[in-house]
Amino acid sequence: MSWDWDYALSALPILLQGLQLTVIATIGGYVLAIVLGLVVALVRRLAPRWAGTGVYWVMEFIRSTPLLVQLFVLYFGLPVFGIVLPPMVVGIIGLGLHYAAYTAEVYRSGIEAVPRGQWEAATALNLPTRRVWTGVVLPQAIPKVIPALGNYLISMFKDTPLLLAIGVVELLNSAYRHSARTFEDPFELMTMVGLLFLAVSIPSAIFIRHLERRYAAV
Amino acid sequence: MQQSDPHDQPAAEPADGSDDAYIRFEQVVKRYGDNVVLDHLDFRVAEGERVTLIGPSGSGKTTILRLLMTLEKANGGVIWVNGDSLSHMRRGGKLVPADEKHLRSVRSSIGMVFQQFNLFPNMTVRRNITEAPVHVLGVSQDEADQRAGELLELVGLAEKIDAHPTQLSGGQQQRVAIARALAMRPKVLLLDEVTSALDPELVAGVLDVLRNIATTTDITMLCVTHEMSFARDVSHRVLMFDQGRIVEEGPPAQIFSEPREERTRSFLQAVLED
Repeated sequence: MSWDWDYALSALPILLQGLQLTVIATIGGYVLAIVLGLVVALVRRLAPRWAGTGVYWVMEFIRSTPLLVQLFVLYFGLPVFGIVLPPMVVGIIGLGLHYAAYTAEVYRSGIEAVPRGQWEAATALNLPTRRVWTGVVLPQAIPKVIPALGNYLISMFKDTPLLLAIGVVELLNSAYRHSARTFEDPFELMTMVGLLFLAVSIPSAIFIRHLERRYAAV
Repeated sequence: MQQSDPHDQPAAEPADGSDDAYIRFEQVVKRYGDNVVLDHLDFRVAEGERVTLIGPSGSGKTTILRLLMTLEKANGGVIWVNGDSLSHMRRGGKLVPADEKHLRSVRSSIGMVFQQFNLFPNMTVRRNITEAPVHVLGVSQDEADQRAGELLELVGLAEKIDAHPTQLSGGQQQRVAIARALAMRPKVLLLDEVTSALDPELVAGVLDVLRNIATTTDITMLCVTHEMSFARDVSHRVLMFDQGRIVEEGPPAQIFSEPREERTRSFLQAVLED
């Protein structure tokens, strides 16, 4: 078996299309994960105990089951309730929900790392609860957790091939389908897929290291 | 002021109508687990009075300030601030447990300066000082800025208005914290070992600011400190604490020159030798 450059390069436009969907799914899922994770962290701090406990167990459940299973449950379960969504949207919801369970923990640790004296000063100044959070606690908690949140971006990016299972033609799926269509050995294409993942992951990782340094001092 | 107390607290009425105490502790108990920090403490502070609390660490002095600031709850007894209880409020002629709104109203007359400054590191000096006036008192940003400028002038840091707390020395941070507390125009200022975390050469600057405030305003001050000469200069009354009780109290001249109690003498000796 030899490496076929022509074949590999001829597939590149198709793979780049797949990469585009991978990036869209990652960005969509990530935005959902960082917003929902913050909401979950705040509900657990501020809502009545029963609500906080309920949310805790839902998140625990999500963390304890595989993403692939969750994607199937969403993909086949939502239509049962009359909700029929394109695979890409289901994929984004699945990634977002799954990772929200992790980002919520990251936010929680950031909030807990805000020194007690900050809360006490806010109390002594009689700041309204809303202002304590938006003016004092979150502006200190979030910069501290930006590197940890960034690492989940890369993890999520590497989890997107699972969307193949629900029919999203992301990078891996595009390679897989192309090789099936052409009856060629998938070796070149899978290698290209790996290289394309690397091409995005490595700059992202460097960027996150940069964020870590930038926010380390806060 | 007859009150029936349904919540297993001691009867909570002043001894008589002529009471002019702004702050009153009645049989206040505070425990952390088995450790009794305040043991049925009674004491009063009149409006405009400057009281210094001295005593060995762990004697309950800081706890008194924290209870007043509602950072802690007492396990028993009643604390009154200007006629309002910190644990209860009146609703329909009955005493009910205090809610957050009641606590906010009581807190609005009290300011506190902490040992560790506790400035908000994510805000400039200006915003540290204007944050509460704008968001609590509803003062306009312009007015709050102007007042921040005046207060920084008072504490000698006018040029630092746009600095961040991390760019300031400990002494400067503490002076900003004093300005921040004063910006809320409190009737009572609680000073919790405000120079204990400072390098020795920075202590004098902070104490000068406080001396100035003490002599130019009629603000009520409760001060926990180990700076005995400061206590002697500014306070009307000194309370010596040990094991959650007041061992001795009197004007500073008497406490520092002719302490009656052996415990006070040994404490002062130990502090002054330090």
